[in-house]
Amino acid sequence: MIHATPLLEKTDTAFARSQMAAPWRLSKRKLKMSPTEQTRSHGDDWNAQILRVRNHRDETAFAALFNHFAPRIKGFLVNSGASGTMAEECAQETMITLWHKAHLFDPSRASAATWIFTIARNKKIDAFRRAARVEPEDLPWGPEPEPEAADALALSQETAQLAEALNALPESQRDIVKRAYYGDLSHSELAKETGLPLGTIKSRIRLALERLRQTLNEPVR
Amino acid sequence: MTVKHILNEQLLMGYAAGILPEAFDLVVASHLSLSDESRAMLGGYEAIGGAVMEDSDAVEMGADALASVMGRIKSEGTVQSKPAIKHAKPGILPEPLQDYVGGDVDKIKWRPLGGGVKQAILRTSGKAQARLLFIPAGAAVPDHGHRGTELTLVLQGAFSDEVDTFARGDIEIANEDLNHQPIASEDADCICLAATDAPLRFNSLIPRLLQPIFRI
Repeated sequence: MIHATPLLEKTDTAFARSQMAAPWRLSKRKLKMSPTEQTRSHGDDWNAQILRVRNHRDETAFAALFNHFAPRIKGFLVNSGASGTMAEECAQETMITLWHKAHLFDPSRASAATWIFTIARNKKIDAFRRAARVEPEDLPWGPEPEPEAADALALSQETAQLAEALNALPESQRDIVKRAYYGDLSHSELAKETGLPLGTIKSRIRLALERLRQTLNEPVR
Repeated sequence: MTVKHILNEQLLMGYAAGILPEAFDLVVASHLSLSDESRAMLGGYEAIGGAVMEDSDAVEMGADALASVMGRIKSEGTVQSKPAIKHAKPGILPEPLQDYVGGDVDKIKWRPLGGGVKQAILRTSGKAQARLLFIPAGAAVPDHGHRGTELTLVLQGAFSDEVDTFARGDIEIANEDLNHQPIASEDADCICLAATDAPLRFNSLIPRLLQPIFRI
């Protein structure tokens, strides 16, 4: 069991409100072409492959998605404390769910990597907890039957930037963000391991997230 | 829906990462059902999760994994389009909570705590515990501190304590520093969902003696 005790503090409402929209969301402006284009087109590519699975039950597209994502899901789960067997099974189940639930994929709301991550995370919780994941109620999103292509593109660009921002963090900070997602971040344990006092760890995480946000709000080079 | 007191970033991140105990997951999922703002923020933390996953070192899948997955997909082919099993109707309790209760507020099996205050403990795995609390209009929950963290989500009515007033959808995050006495507002009975990761510490003797019996 890898329950980490999250850092809990009183809600910093003012701060939360300043992050009203998704915290990484960029202001609407034209993004200049940059070396990051390549990453972006990869993200778009994965979106397109899922849509091919969705619309045409395209097995070639599915195989491409499988070859890219399944080993990363497995890696993520192994880092999260799953055994090799459990990680393999969860990764396979994630891909099966991707096939069956492709009709629920909406590229204007989540990128391929984000969507696949949430499926994998739920499989992990189910496996660890052997009970159903608690999911929020589906809220009506208003009358928008077809996702706007522009929204989907903007989202995919933002997500690509997010991945870049993560990679651009100093290693110590990137490591902390990653370990938080691996559930490796029971803070008292981390304190033991790193010898850092709890307060320092909390402020480091805050700093890492802050850096991530700032990077994402900086103008594109 | 506009909710005044929303989750902090650590809890949203913990939920996005899937590392919270089940009782906290339940409170967070219920709150997310009531707060568009928290949902928008959750999207951000899930995107970071996606980036972390993509950045994870790939671990090779079993030799015939793809073939095996395709085989399973094809053999399951006929059951794939069954409709989602969702019986919950819009009510006082958000859908994730209705799944635990087996319906809306009329299905809650309350147990009296004295003074008109009632509670219902929900079955969750892990160390943290989730329970529903019913506080009659104008009544108070015994003054208590916390050994760990307590999340309280208001589902009906409102309560006030030393911090502020909390209404439907609002979440109060209390830790060891806070010693508080929530009082329900006069106009309606208050129903809350609370999760604690350590037993509450009551400040007067009688509730302390009753604590093992009431399991709070």
